Amino acid sequence: MNASDNHNNETIISTKDLCVWYDDFQALIDVSMEIPEKSITALIGPSGCGKSTFLRTLNRMNDLIDCAKTTGNVYYRGQDIFQSSMEVSELRRHIGMVFQKPNPFPMSVYDNIAYGPRTHGIKSRAKLDDIVERSLRNAAIWEEVRDKLRQNALGLSGGQQQRLCIARALAVQPDVLLMDEPTSALDPISTTKIEELILQLKENYTIIIVTHNMQQALRISDGTAFFLLGDLIEYGSTDVIFSTPSDKRTEDYITGRFG
Amino acid sequence: MRSRFVRQLSRLNKELIEMGALCELAIKTVSEALTNRDFELAETLYAIDEEIDQKERDIEALSLKLLLRQQPVAGDLRQISAALKMITDLERIGDQAEDIAEIIVHLTDKDDDLESELSGMANATMKMVTDSVDAYVKRDPELARAVMAADDVVDNYFSNIKKDLIDAIASDPESGEYALDILMIAKYYERIGDHAVNVAEWVVFSITGIHRTTEYEESMSE
Repeated sequence: MNASDNHNNETIISTKDLCVWYDDFQALIDVSMEIPEKSITALIGPSGCGKSTFLRTLNRMNDLIDCAKTTGNVYYRGQDIFQSSMEVSELRRHIGMVFQKPNPFPMSVYDNIAYGPRTHGIKSRAKLDDIVERSLRNAAIWEEVRDKLRQNALGLSGGQQQRLCIARALAVQPDVLLMDEPTSALDPISTTKIEELILQLKENYTIIIVTHNMQQALRISDGTAFFLLGDLIEYGSTDVIFSTPSDKRTEDYITGRFG
Repeated sequence: MRSRFVRQLSRLNKELIEMGALCELAIKTVSEALTNRDFELAETLYAIDEEIDQKERDIEALSLKLLLRQQPVAGDLRQISAALKMITDLERIGDQAEDIAEIIVHLTDKDDDLESELSGMANATMKMVTDSVDAYVKRDPELARAVMAADDVVDNYFSNIKKDLIDAIASDPESGEYALDILMIAKYYERIGDHAVNVAEWVVFSITGIHRTTEYEESMSE
């Protein structure tokens, strides 16, 4: 499935017959989906529908779960990410992730951002300074923390911490950002800031976001994919999914008849 | 979680049915008042129209509250937005029935042939209004499409009456004022039919997500 009726950007990530099992439990069933670049794609569905599993598979975070087994294909810019030649840390540099709960490292604001670039071998102080400022600016938090770069990041507010985590993900210059309910732990003002930020980031990045907030999916996403019990039920432009969904199960879910 | 919302949606439906019934009553009353030259009955139209206006305001307030509080999507959103559009047309139907009542009070002459034609026209438009509201309540797009088709019947009545009136004026120039009054009444009925068609179009939209105007535009752009 694809959401190409919404925009004509090239496909950056595609999956083909993707299945994921946790031991005997099949969490994803033959999911085939094409995600256009520089767009925001929302993944929706009730808890346990497979949307987070799908998200985690895209940068092989699921490798970290022992009992997880995957079949089918995931292509990032045409390259199969499960091929042995694929360097996982390199893949995750291109496809970054932001989690539900802000999870800054227990170190200074500066070191949080510099952590990734340092592990990728950047040592020059001037270069790191530059990356830290640019990343914080891109995450719309520079003005708030420019005088606190040496302070522990855990002292920031929840909303600031989440933008810091987005800045940290941006520091390694990724292509794609995976976001797993990035605002579910935040107050409305912080949520608005993150949503505005996500819309700005679309200029340069591809964003795939899991959300339980239908209004959030409506406000920010270009395409919406509805998952149910491991199946991709419907995928299309957000306007169409939320006004005239073609599958009754989609309609029942988004109108709150179940889930 | 949805049960409260479902209750509010059925209240919205109930209010719409009542508004539709008031519109039917308005047409029926004005048609009867015309046939029997019953001026007192014609006067009751003001009160009926007042009730229709009040219903419009109630339904509008309820719809806006539902939009604000429930932030509906998909079929729910279409149902509520269709209701908001439909009440504008239903309210106009009430106004036009009242406009007819105003003319009745000044009528002097009476031509039985012409007025039986006019009474047939009134029945045809009343059926359109009834069916359009019924289609909404029963969620029946076929019935709504039948209303759109029935507009031709009402339009035919109008052109026939117009022809008869031209003949009447030609044979008796003195009857000009009466003829013009009848033409106005026929025109109001014809407009009521158009409003019923609008209601029917929103009914189809609320069920299918496709409005006739977009269907038309899409077929033009192909």
